[in-house]
Amino acid sequence: MEVGIVSYGAYVPRYRITPQEIGRVWGSDGEAMSKSLLINSKSVPAPDEDVITISTEAARNMMRRVPEVDPKDIGALYVGSESHPYAVKPSGTIVAEAIGCSPNMTVADYEFACKAGTAAIQTCMGLVGSCMVKYGVAIGADTSQGAPGDPLEYSASAGGASFLIGSKDIIAVINHTSSFTTDTPDFWRREGQDYPSHGGRFTGEPAYFKHVTSAAKLVLKRTNSAPADYQYAVFHQPNGKFPQRVAKMLGFTDKQIEVGLLTPQIGNTYSGAVPLGLSAILDVAQPGERVFVVAYGSGAGADGFDITITDNITRFNRSAAPLVSHYIEDKKVIDYATYAKFRGKIRVKEEVA
Amino acid sequence: MATARFWRENPSRYNLKAVRCNNCGRVFFPPRGVCSVCHRKSIGKMECLNLKGEGEVFSFTVVHEAPSQFEILKPYMVVMVKMDEGVMLTSQLINSDPKDVKIGMRVKATLRRLGEDGPSGVIYYGYKFRPIEG
Repeated sequence: MEVGIVSYGAYVPRYRITPQEIGRVWGSDGEAMSKSLLINSKSVPAPDEDVITISTEAARNMMRRVPEVDPKDIGALYVGSESHPYAVKPSGTIVAEAIGCSPNMTVADYEFACKAGTAAIQTCMGLVGSCMVKYGVAIGADTSQGAPGDPLEYSASAGGASFLIGSKDIIAVINHTSSFTTDTPDFWRREGQDYPSHGGRFTGEPAYFKHVTSAAKLVLKRTNSAPADYQYAVFHQPNGKFPQRVAKMLGFTDKQIEVGLLTPQIGNTYSGAVPLGLSAILDVAQPGERVFVVAYGSGAGADGFDITITDNITRFNRSAAPLVSHYIEDKKVIDYATYAKFRGKIRVKEEVA
Repeated sequence: MATARFWRENPSRYNLKAVRCNNCGRVFFPPRGVCSVCHRKSIGKMECLNLKGEGEVFSFTVVHEAPSQFEILKPYMVVMVKMDEGVMLTSQLINSDPKDVKIGMRVKATLRRLGEDGPSGVIYYGYKFRPIEG
């Protein structure tokens, strides 16, 4: 049975802050940081936005594109994130209610640093492929935080995307998925801590590059494919430089990763990064084109996918919901003081409920 | 706010669940069991529907002195929106500057955080409005 993407939807908050502005406050060279990370600005959620609202907006955009799909036919929904608003209480139940697919279904929240969204896609593939559900919804979204002054603060941003996984009227067949997973503590956040910690340069070679290249090579080998067989590729993008470098290491060109590389405009959306990059590709892809996808999550693991766009994309109503480019362009730049207020970095008197 | 009280209203806050009186055609939000105009004639004729979420600004104001839980949002706008189904809703308007708001402008409902019972309490979600692009 063919399993793949029936619909998709994206969402990125409209506020932006620049590395130059962050550097100005902390006495660092923001311009140099911008160039070294290849990040021109990062998205910032409004005070009333979180993973649940971002996931809901993305999922509603997904459903707007397939009005013929009855939400009650969705049998599973997974939200992958490292910034769920609750430590205990699922984000997914609220999203499921908001798109009208509960109660006869299963819901769970996933966490695997930046690849929880693609882990959700793999789970839905299994459920649909085994006929346990007709449709599954896989969401990757985050409102990630970096400690004030930490290098992460220049990149950690917000956004997400949602995918309807099914076996009928597929716009993109997922031909294959392979993962590569080890115990590598390159980035973590302990229970109760506000901000994550990371291993500095340790996040590079033994973590991101080893896992992304290993998963990529597994997919290429198992599908008997070469980088030149793909029109598009999207890799996890903690900054703008890593995906460019890993693409080059694997034999992909800058042109192949251009459409799905969003970090320079919106920063690292963590669990939303690859799902948003894939959404940007689905916004423009044509029948027969192939897409190579590798997500990475610290801790560490990488999920690779081989995807082919089908003829159904020509009948698919992309314009029923905003394209990723709309969210990239619809922005309002804020200063650090506003950013600090929005992200709860300023302690205020606790309100009385 | 009591968790149970808010929870009971989630269908309306998330998905704009309303009711229509099939005796006179009026739409009510939040839902009610009996039409306030038709009274007993409406019994058994109240039909559930989800509002489509779009409407136009009927009136608005800018809030500069906010309740404590909305301090972080100020100044913010509160709008009365005449929904396409005819019923009036009131909520915040987001993604817009006060100088850009006009009576009659088209808006759409979206899900946002409405509040929380302190840092360890339940988070409440519901509809706010944003301008419709174009």
